[in-house]
Amino acid sequence: MISSVLSQHMTRSYTRRKLTYRAMYALLALASLIAIIPLLSIFGYVLTRSLPGLNLAFFTHLPQPIGETNGGMANSILGTLSLILIASMIGVPWGVGVGLFLSEYPPGKLSSVVRFSADLLTSVPSIIIGLFIYTLVVIPMRRFSLLAGGIALGIIMIPTVARSTEELLKRVPMHVREAGLALGLPRWKVILRIVLLGHSRAIATGIILAIARVSGETAPLLFTSFNNQFWQRGIDQPASSLPVQIYTYAISPYEDWHQQAWAGALILVLLVFFMNLVTRYILSPRGSRK
Amino acid sequence: MNPNSILEVKDLHAWFGSIEVVKGISMVALEHTVTAMIGPSGCGKSTFIRCLNRLHEESPGARATGQVLLENRDIYEKKVDPVSIRRRVGMVFQKPNPFPSMSIFDNVVAGLRLAGVRRSSTLKEIVEHSLQAAALWDEVKDKLHALGTSLSGGQQQRLCIARALAVEPKVLLMDEPTSALDPISTGKIEELLTELRKKVTVIIVTHNMQQAARISDQTAFFLSGELIEFGETSQVFTAPKKEQTERYITGRFG
Amino acid sequence: MERHFDTSLRELKEQLVVMASWVERAIEEATQGLQLSSLERLENVYELEKKINQSHMSVDSACLKLLALQQPLATDLRLIFAIIKINTDLERMGDQAVNISRNAREYIQAPPMKPLIDLPIMFQEVRQMVGVALDSFVKSNENLARDVLQRDDRVDALKNKIFKDTLEHLKTHADQIEQGLTLILIARNLERIGDHSTNIAEDVIFALTGEDVRHASQAATIKNVLKSSS
Repeated sequence: MISSVLSQHMTRSYTRRKLTYRAMYALLALASLIAIIPLLSIFGYVLTRSLPGLNLAFFTHLPQPIGETNGGMANSILGTLSLILIASMIGVPWGVGVGLFLSEYPPGKLSSVVRFSADLLTSVPSIIIGLFIYTLVVIPMRRFSLLAGGIALGIIMIPTVARSTEELLKRVPMHVREAGLALGLPRWKVILRIVLLGHSRAIATGIILAIARVSGETAPLLFTSFNNQFWQRGIDQPASSLPVQIYTYAISPYEDWHQQAWAGALILVLLVFFMNLVTRYILSPRGSRK
Repeated sequence: MNPNSILEVKDLHAWFGSIEVVKGISMVALEHTVTAMIGPSGCGKSTFIRCLNRLHEESPGARATGQVLLENRDIYEKKVDPVSIRRRVGMVFQKPNPFPSMSIFDNVVAGLRLAGVRRSSTLKEIVEHSLQAAALWDEVKDKLHALGTSLSGGQQQRLCIARALAVEPKVLLMDEPTSALDPISTGKIEELLTELRKKVTVIIVTHNMQQAARISDQTAFFLSGELIEFGETSQVFTAPKKEQTERYITGRFG
Repeated sequence: MERHFDTSLRELKEQLVVMASWVERAIEEATQGLQLSSLERLENVYELEKKINQSHMSVDSACLKLLALQQPLATDLRLIFAIIKINTDLERMGDQAVNISRNAREYIQAPPMKPLIDLPIMFQEVRQMVGVALDSFVKSNENLARDVLQRDDRVDALKNKIFKDTLEHLKTHADQIEQGLTLILIARNLERIGDHSTNIAEDVIFALTGEDVRHASQAATIKNVLKSSS
């Protein structure tokens, strides 16, 4: 008697649960689709607006004065790559070092202060970092420079790299470190050769994400590397970069420059996109196997 | 003292912060024997063996006092470098832990290579020798350059044994080495132990009473950081002297 | 904490105690049958022996099962080990009761030889010995078990006395040689039952204390020899 009532009830509630499940699934799928729309439309819009301006000259020529054709952003592309290089030279070892300190050494006052500062630094608007480097580097040197821009981007990278490294290394089980210690290896060798090298791929992922983030930064560069319409002449000279060049061209009244700004934007989007793809590949099971 | 004693512990105490987890243990392990440590979780047996290679002190807030004589020299003497002790007292852990992103070959020679041994002919010889000693050679000899982590759990654990053996320790500490393994892999490691004791002295922590009974010569029963009973395994498991041991091994605890 | 295993052990013990009571009855029937010249009572022994044999097998298989499934250690292991051995001893005691019954039938069917004097004393002694041995097992009492070991010497002495007296008697009564031999066999059967009781007592002591008291005098001798030679 009771079991038949129960089974009837079960059948009914099972049907209802199935329906609820399907409805919720449809709702969430729709929400996700809507979320992708801005991304796709931005990409599509940039693509359609930039295609007419894209040609070989864009990649090989310097910007031209207004009225002349065949201008390009070769120096800006090169400038952005140089900025990333300098920023990485500062941000990567520094960030990884801080991450190591936070994850490998016993938690204490210093480490909690460092961790808190890193979190604060992440949330400081990048324009403030630009101002900071302006007073620290640009004013004493009396000129905008590639170096100042690189330093600014490097500083922005530090907390991101540090925190991602820390989180990653914390996930390395304690007994892997102990295995190293138990083999009679000094602690620093265990950290460097086993913990760090053993997870270099994952750490590289964090680094690439940090690079992708800073490569689109514009605000800090306005006060540091500024801009330059010619080939770079030295590390202590103002430097052109894609974001600043796009900004300059986009706010100009000239149709030709607008066209170029769109093309620059596409290159920048593709650069970030490409870096994300590389990360994906590294993280995929296929990429992580030797 | 006994001429065959390789490890003699005298009044060893260990703390985590202010909590004393090992409370004055004294015992002797003879050369080429297997000593099993049994006792309920949290009785201090793992901490105890981690004091025998000075690994305990690597945990935050951990310290130990007392004497541990390894071949008649106290490893807790002030000028002794813990790193040098760990090369003579190897350890195998509960979970198989081959080094990530290292090949089987690299795993085995990790200790030697990082200690500065470079000659590839020497390394090759040691790899074969250690893997054979760990009864893994036949299974991996054709894929020495595959990742250590690509092996099965039981193979990984034998790889860890090979890695520990490669530095030719005098004593091998094992902290529940088979608790994460299936019965077949467990059986292989137990078989291996009877071979290993010809080369090294083994001290093994285990929760599996039958395992302790099968593989060990002496058994030590720990309870709340104290050594309740220490004796011949056959005696401890058939006619233990202490009531607490009796209750523990017959499952009447609590 | 009561374990499931304890229930199994208790059931096993109970089964063994029931079997022991049959063994006691078998001995009782065999000895009384002889004393009272009752063929009927001698007949009862065969029925009892059948039951004992069945119980023997079922206790064995229960022990085997517990060993395989529970993998007992320490006291548990010693108890099961003792039960296995006591089980065998009980079965043998049953066999001896049958032997006595068979010999007694022959003895009472033949012309009477002489009044039985020592044999009834031996009956008494052996029955008590068996009783105390089984009691020590049921009550897990080490003192009772040690008492059994003391009694063994008395039983042996009685047996020797019966041997000697019977032989003496046969020297002058050569025509009664068959009855005489039967008498000697019965004394021997009784002595064996006493030995089995001793075994049971020794197993009980081992189960309780882990001490092996068997061949104690022999072990002591070996020790002394080693001591004096070193």
